Amino acid sequence: MFRTQYDSDISIYSPEGRLYQIEYAMQAVAQGSTALGLKSKTHAVVVTLMRSSDELSSHQRKIFKVDGHMGIAISGLTADARVLLKFMRNETLHHKFVYGSDLPTGEVVSSLAMKSQRNTQRWGRRPYGVGLLVIGYDGDKTHLYQTSPSGNCFSYYAQAIGSRSQSARTYLEKNFKAFPELGLEELVLHGVKALKESSGKETLTKLNVGIAVVGKEQKFEILKPNKVQTYLDQILQTEGEIEIENENENEKDEAAETLELKLD
Amino acid sequence: METYLGEKQQARQWSPYINNGGSCLAVAGDDFAVIASDTRMSLGYSIKTRYSTKYLKITEKCSIVSSGMQADIFTLHKVLKSRAQIYEQKHGKPMSTDAVAKLVSRLLYYRRFFPYYTFNIVAGVDEDGVGCVFSYDAIGTLERVKYSASGSGSSLIEPVLDNQVALKNRNDIKKEEFKLTKEYAIDLVKDAITSAGERDIYTGDFVEISVIDLNGTHEDKFELRFD
Repeated sequence: MFRTQYDSDISIYSPEGRLYQIEYAMQAVAQGSTALGLKSKTHAVVVTLMRSSDELSSHQRKIFKVDGHMGIAISGLTADARVLLKFMRNETLHHKFVYGSDLPTGEVVSSLAMKSQRNTQRWGRRPYGVGLLVIGYDGDKTHLYQTSPSGNCFSYYAQAIGSRSQSARTYLEKNFKAFPELGLEELVLHGVKALKESSGKETLTKLNVGIAVVGKEQKFEILKPNKVQTYLDQILQTEGEIEIENENENEKDEAAETLELKLD
Repeated sequence: METYLGEKQQARQWSPYINNGGSCLAVAGDDFAVIASDTRMSLGYSIKTRYSTKYLKITEKCSIVSSGMQADIFTLHKVLKSRAQIYEQKHGKPMSTDAVAKLVSRLLYYRRFFPYYTFNIVAGVDEDGVGCVFSYDAIGTLERVKYSASGSGSSLIEPVLDNQVALKNRNDIKKEEFKLTKEYAIDLVKDAITSAGERDIYTGDFVEISVIDLNGTHEDKFELRFD
């Protein structure tokens, strides 16, 4: 009710102690299509649902390589993500050049958090409207971090962001205890199954599902569509479902529905 | 200080450059390239280490070997490796061998007035799958050739390659009858650098040899004399 009075600038607090501009920025992340990440002791995986605005356009890439041992999945404003990606690539390359080793994932995420926070407290700047899921393997450990426009970053066993991510998160919450001991194949399967929970009526195909892996003796790699298809086939085999045709109108309706639910 | 003859005598000037010795060579075939370098690092008449690499794999289709001053070789290779990664991130694909060759030339000329004391050879397969070798001087003069040798043993190796690859000064074989096969090139490169190791004191210890073709790079190592 009082929101509209206190949301016109990033520098204005609400009486409840909230910064609405930052929350609106996080809303931009929630509008992006689903991206989720999960990790075991040896591997970390991100799985994303790539949207295409219409039949004529290509699917929007959501997974990017940062360095041989690290990569990100994004949700939200892709243009902002590109800026953060450039920053991360620069940091990791610089560290490799100067110290000859891989920059630990946690360190680059911390730098990213600092960078994001600066945009919440500076005149004329706006928060980055993108959330990242960063996966990496360094120091013999797997890492999964989430960064948000607020500048907060947390480490996760598994996490999902973007639209309809709650369904994926529920699946991950049910199954995450088993993840640490799993092999790569099973881990990816869980990721795809979780994505299926939040895909709604949209059919998962090798063109709109993105998967990337990193881990012990596994450099960060975005899987080719044919490899993605093998995982999708395994899901279909176990579930034995009949696929329904993708309808754009339904997807738009659902997006509008989500918007209405979020506004209070 | 003037002597009785009237010439000036100058105190020895400090030089930022030293030569750590070693030999490098590369040979290109129709659809492959072979590149090799020894690993001995010397200073004066001493051996500093028996294994200091002079070889860098830049992409699956292109590698570089450098002789000269180890510090400059190390730095040049570091810079090259970073630049190759930046290119791949920007363009979404690895650098072609021609692009690498041009980049090396530019990196060297960038230091025209305080050069890298490095004598480089870049080898690989080009966009058409044809083997290529590029040789340089210290400031980046670029030339595409069929074979090249650099370093302390280059004057021992180059004539052998002239004779065996370009068939110069041969009366026993015609150019049309000769086919440079991969096995022939590998044996030739091995023999050439081994022979250099026999006579050149700065060449020896180990050799890193690498064969590049459209399937990728196959790296190998073998021993030379330790004396």
